[in-house]
Amino acid sequence: MLKKIRLIVSLVLFGLITFYFLDFTGVFGTHSWLQRIQLVPALLSLSFIIIAALFLLTFLFGRIYCSSICPMGIYQDIVGWITRKVAKRKKRFKYTRPKTMLRWGTLVVTVIAFFAGFSVLLGLLDPYSAYGRMVVNVFKPIYIAGNNLFASAFNHFDNYMFYKVDASILSIPSLIIGLLTLLVIGFLASKYGRLWCNTICPVGTLLGLIGRFSLFKVRIDQIKCNHCGVCATKCKASCINSSEQSIDYTRCVDCFDCIGECRQHALSYNLRVKKVDHSTDSSKRNFLIAGAATASVVPKVFADAQAVVANANGLKSDKRKTPITPPGSISRAHFQNKCTSCHLCVSKCPSHVLKPSFMEYGLDGFMQPTVYFEKGFCNFDCTVCSDVCPNGAILPLTKEQKHLTQMGQVVFIMENCIVYRENTSCGACSEHCPTQAISMVPYKGGLTIPNVDTAICVGCGGCEYVCPARPYRAVHIEGDAIQQKAKPFVEKKEKHIKVDNFGF
Amino acid sequence: MTIQRSEAMDILSQKLVSATGKKVDLVAVMGGEPDVMFRRAITEMGGIKNFIKPGQKVVVKPNIGWDKAPELASNTNPKLIGEIVKQCFAAGAKEVTVFDHTCDDWQKCYKNSGIEAEVKAAGGKLVPAHLESYYRPVSLPHAKNMKNAKIHEAIVNCDVWINVPVLKNHGGANLTISMKNHMGIVWDRGFFHQNDLQQCIADICTLQKKPVLNVVDAYRVMKTNGPRGRSASDVVLTKGLFVSQDIVAVDTAAAKFFNQVREMPLDTVTHLTNGQALKIGTMDLDKLNIKRIKI
Repeated sequence: MLKKIRLIVSLVLFGLITFYFLDFTGVFGTHSWLQRIQLVPALLSLSFIIIAALFLLTFLFGRIYCSSICPMGIYQDIVGWITRKVAKRKKRFKYTRPKTMLRWGTLVVTVIAFFAGFSVLLGLLDPYSAYGRMVVNVFKPIYIAGNNLFASAFNHFDNYMFYKVDASILSIPSLIIGLLTLLVIGFLASKYGRLWCNTICPVGTLLGLIGRFSLFKVRIDQIKCNHCGVCATKCKASCINSSEQSIDYTRCVDCFDCIGECRQHALSYNLRVKKVDHSTDSSKRNFLIAGAATASVVPKVFADAQAVVANANGLKSDKRKTPITPPGSISRAHFQNKCTSCHLCVSKCPSHVLKPSFMEYGLDGFMQPTVYFEKGFCNFDCTVCSDVCPNGAILPLTKEQKHLTQMGQVVFIMENCIVYRENTSCGACSEHCPTQAISMVPYKGGLTIPNVDTAICVGCGGCEYVCPARPYRAVHIEGDAIQQKAKPFVEKKEKHIKVDNFGF
Repeated sequence: MTIQRSEAMDILSQKLVSATGKKVDLVAVMGGEPDVMFRRAITEMGGIKNFIKPGQKVVVKPNIGWDKAPELASNTNPKLIGEIVKQCFAAGAKEVTVFDHTCDDWQKCYKNSGIEAEVKAAGGKLVPAHLESYYRPVSLPHAKNMKNAKIHEAIVNCDVWINVPVLKNHGGANLTISMKNHMGIVWDRGFFHQNDLQQCIADICTLQKKPVLNVVDAYRVMKTNGPRGRSASDVVLTKGLFVSQDIVAVDTAAAKFFNQVREMPLDTVTHLTNGQALKIGTMDLDKLNIKRIKI
């Protein structure tokens, strides 16, 4: 019965959060709670109510989180189930000693690194963020490819219920990390059950500390138990010591698989405390099971022949020197400190201006989202990224606040501008500018040329995205290391214009 | 006894009026609501049946470029589009398709411009135009700079199309009217800006499948900060509408109308002279039979 409840709850939550990450139609709206009830995001965003609720849940009931809420946990259970279905021989788990040094070591190193400013380790190991990256970088391109296939078919018959969406892969390194995560954790799950959860995962270790003292526990009735050991073979957390009739509660993930398997009905989940349970002896084993890959540091240096020619022609490079963090992220330091690269904002951005960084933030910012304007520009009214971020890395903005949030400033390079070079009209940059921070002013003859007012610029990238000048654009956005408040644009008071005639 | 107004009666009355008088080249209307002005204008032009035949696949091509509400005049007035779609069906069109290659997100543009609702209510169909796969290469042998372009399949596949721009100031081209509205049927807009915008605007109008009608929405005009506009301060309520088959003529008339709101010498709107040079139409309004109507 308990197992059935666990199955339903976990599959529903898993299905919801996976679909939430995949969905591009915005059917959920942006104010979902699915990502906010995850532990690491709650800790980072200092959501005290959620933190308290999760700790209380664990103190009362044990590591329910690990079997029912954490999507990486449920992913491992699904892999395990598939393995059992296709396996020729019956899968038997067995009790193992806890890998205490490894668990504690990983948790301590992660926490120290975080407070030292290297949140990249926490980002790599946080199960929610790792799962998010798997979905956005590995599953989503497949999901969209499928959608586009449907769209082609339906569009052919003049039905536009499905429409095509851009399916490109945003970041090869993130794809590699996502794939490695999927394969390594998947392999561990198929062979060793919840090994990841009980050795590397810092959330598992932290909740295990509390689970040890939980009020409700799976308990072995020592009188009914006949030491058959079947429960231990079913335990995916390898935490049931059948010979000693004890369960390691720092590792039990409350899956309740064992309860129904005991033919003596010796296992039950309840409140009664007969004696204090000990955790088992710490293991002296020191082998490391890799749960995270290190990012490649090899920089790609390639000669740009175009650059040589272009510079000879008097053109200036348009390369951005300061990266842009999403609007509402306060500053680069604040953003990098809180972001664990779950890529939910990357997936949800309706304008496609967020992508996982490679080296833009340096190695310690690897995979954290950065703003780019190759595929689009940031919609003036849009606040989706700040709506969905569960970590508080991008803080919520109202539409009015968003209109005055400057994440970067426009830079105009006249030498590259088509109007200046070719003496023909353009104006593409100003066309897209929501504040007219870049506006067209009279130039020569009937021509107009851009003019810039950085005080009212919000750095939305409309100008950079459309500028047709090549190989170097004439306008681009330089990021604000600390986001500024833009000056609101002021309209001149003009007299009312009335037209009575045609004029021709 | 009351006689209820019906579509059929409108069509019939359109035919009766045109029975007398010679061919009208351009109709200019002022002072009414967009749908009312269009009905007057099309009657003066000889009725919608002059332009739309039964069983035809029709495209109505508005300006839906921007994610803005109708009052901000960034897009064509939705009521006008609704009326045109209705009239096409009344003339016996088999299907009426509406689209634009938008600058902002296409779903937001279609919805927030109010055009999606009007088109659906009138029985028309909206199609996306945001991906290159929707476009087909077409050659433009009579063009000067742009010898070919990728045109949206809806235009390529239709029998006739109606061009329905909104009259606005434009930062680069100075004015955007019917000729510039062609930029919404092509995939690569950047090419225009890279290869002399004012010439390419004229070039795209050499497309063999010309719009059967150009209907300029001047109900609200964007006088400054166009084509996107910044705020309601950019908009003037002028309640105008111009219709013609001659795209250069109707744009010239609209430009002169615009000059009453803000000075914009016609020689700075060089795509007009470029269009005349390519023989797509005439700027010489004195040579044309123009009907002016004030409601």
